[in-house]
Amino acid sequence: MIIVPPPFPNLTPFIPELIVLSVAMVLLLLEIWVKNRVFIAGICILTGFAVIYCLNMSIGITFNGMFINDIYSVLFKIIFMVCLILTVLISLNYIDREKPIRGEYYSLLLFATAGMMLMASAKDLMVLYLGLELMALSTYILAGIKTLNIKSNEAAIKYFMLGAFSSAFLLFGISMLYGLTATTDIYLIAERLKDTERSLPLILSMIMIVVAFSFKIAAAPFHMWSPDVYEGAPTSVTAFLSVGPKAAGFAVIGRVFYIAFEGIQPDWTTAFIIISVITMAIGNIVALAQTNIKRMLAYSSIAHAGYILIGIVTSTYESLQAVINYLMIYTFMNIGAFAIVILLDKGEEIQDYNGLSKHRPLVAAIMLLFMFSLVGIPPTAGFIAKFNLFVSAIHGGQIWLVVIAVIFSAVSAFYYLRVVMNMYMKDPLVEEHQIHLSPSLGFAIFITVVMVMVLGLFPSLII
Amino acid sequence: MTLPQIFFAYFFVMILGLAVMVVTRRNLVHAVLWMLLMFVHIGGLYLFLNAEFFAIIQIIVYAGAILVMFLFVLLLLNVKQSLTASLFIRGWQGRAMAVVFLLLVFVISIKNLVIGPRGEYSIQRIEQQGHIKVIGEAMFNDYILPFMIIGLILFVPMIAAAVLAMRRHDGSS
Repeated sequence: MIIVPPPFPNLTPFIPELIVLSVAMVLLLLEIWVKNRVFIAGICILTGFAVIYCLNMSIGITFNGMFINDIYSVLFKIIFMVCLILTVLISLNYIDREKPIRGEYYSLLLFATAGMMLMASAKDLMVLYLGLELMALSTYILAGIKTLNIKSNEAAIKYFMLGAFSSAFLLFGISMLYGLTATTDIYLIAERLKDTERSLPLILSMIMIVVAFSFKIAAAPFHMWSPDVYEGAPTSVTAFLSVGPKAAGFAVIGRVFYIAFEGIQPDWTTAFIIISVITMAIGNIVALAQTNIKRMLAYSSIAHAGYILIGIVTSTYESLQAVINYLMIYTFMNIGAFAIVILLDKGEEIQDYNGLSKHRPLVAAIMLLFMFSLVGIPPTAGFIAKFNLFVSAIHGGQIWLVVIAVIFSAVSAFYYLRVVMNMYMKDPLVEEHQIHLSPSLGFAIFITVVMVMVLGLFPSLII
Repeated sequence: MTLPQIFFAYFFVMILGLAVMVVTRRNLVHAVLWMLLMFVHIGGLYLFLNAEFFAIIQIIVYAGAILVMFLFVLLLLNVKQSLTASLFIRGWQGRAMAVVFLLLVFVISIKNLVIGPRGEYSIQRIEQQGHIKVIGEAMFNDYILPFMIIGLILFVPMIAAAVLAMRRHDGSS
């Protein structure tokens, strides 16, 4: 019997991932010889730009229909790249300060990014799951990379345990879906589910997948890991975790629920409405009681996941666009806020910010901008993001959900503005607020400030 | 009873019995050795089903690699007796509820099984070409992307082990 070799898979749509993965591997080797961290970080940033440059040229489907690079995934990949570039910029100086962090840091960041890109581009549930695991495994290590710090260890082990738990849910849901349709291709599942009526196993598998993805985006009641992980992980990693995996989670939620579960849209909409309301409530109310700013930002990121879910629930073209915009703007303002936490020598507790404006007026003003943006006060970008999302939800008929969201966003003003109040109205507890300014960190803060201002004043640039 | 049925009954009883032996032994080394016997029997069951590739993999991977790893861990930690820790979840109600829920899920899913459309790998083709060849073709052609990603997923924990376990003499890691 003559074996006809199948054609070599078309690699063009896979080029962005190939770039990231190969750079990640090369960096592992380079880190042995190149002691200059600036060089390695520079390569990471160049990779980010190279991927953004390649994205539009590499649209298509490949690997037997398992991998798709379309406009949807391109937009998410741009968010991941922005997240990667900003994280590398804020890490560069921070890593030298936190001595026990090893050089593998940058390649792990790249591996995590590659996992997120695979998730956004998965056309097959198997690729989706494997991308998720690649991202998750890399981020577990990143959370625990300060090996001698007990809190960092705790963060890693907690993240690992609950991540494994959520993976089990995801696999259970996928296997039931496979049992119903005999395929793992997301688009084929939609086709085969079209004629079948909704059945109990279908609802069960939908619920399992909802639970698994809610873990990834840290939506309540599956958010328990996030405050501990965000507090224990090195701050630069926290900035990465609060944006990248969350955006990747929303990317797969969009893909799986809009396409595979199109037939049972009322059911998953109900599930997400409940989760969204609980998430907004828990995120915003528990954040009021926090004294550590990383924990506060963790709860704030839980609350933001709740707002973004409103866009997912509305499920119109407009709301999906608003979700992507929101994630883009959230990337800038959240990483910006974490950059300020890194900038300060002692900036982990909220009372460390007391009287910051007296010693460091510029730093205080920038923090004020990010806090205003996170609340959603014009003319910052955060306002535009929320406004867009809520308008699209009202157009889609989710008026009650928007009312609840607006109420909780008013609650959120309390804890964001408490930081501002501490900075401007309280007397400093320390003689001098030490800062560690480096060119890369300054550049990252500059970019985020400019983006938050410009997108707030000229929203037409991205909408 | 026909001969295949006798074979199946033997494996059925042995696998269940050995599994019970594994979880009831106090001495952990004994438990691991009982598990080895169980893995071999599961391999036999695969062979009996004409799945020679799985039988070999079962022996090589489970009996060969994973079990040796278990034994290494036991030797390194030097645990002879199983540790008696207090239960994480007290009370039987919670556990019973979890078990009933899981059972319910299984029953519901099995009741709703549908026979999917036939793919290109029919039983005739597999019998004609042999397991290993068909699996190889499927894995390296149709599923090449997941296969590559699994490679990466195995690679990242290796970095993790190096990152987390290596400590230098000055106390920094």
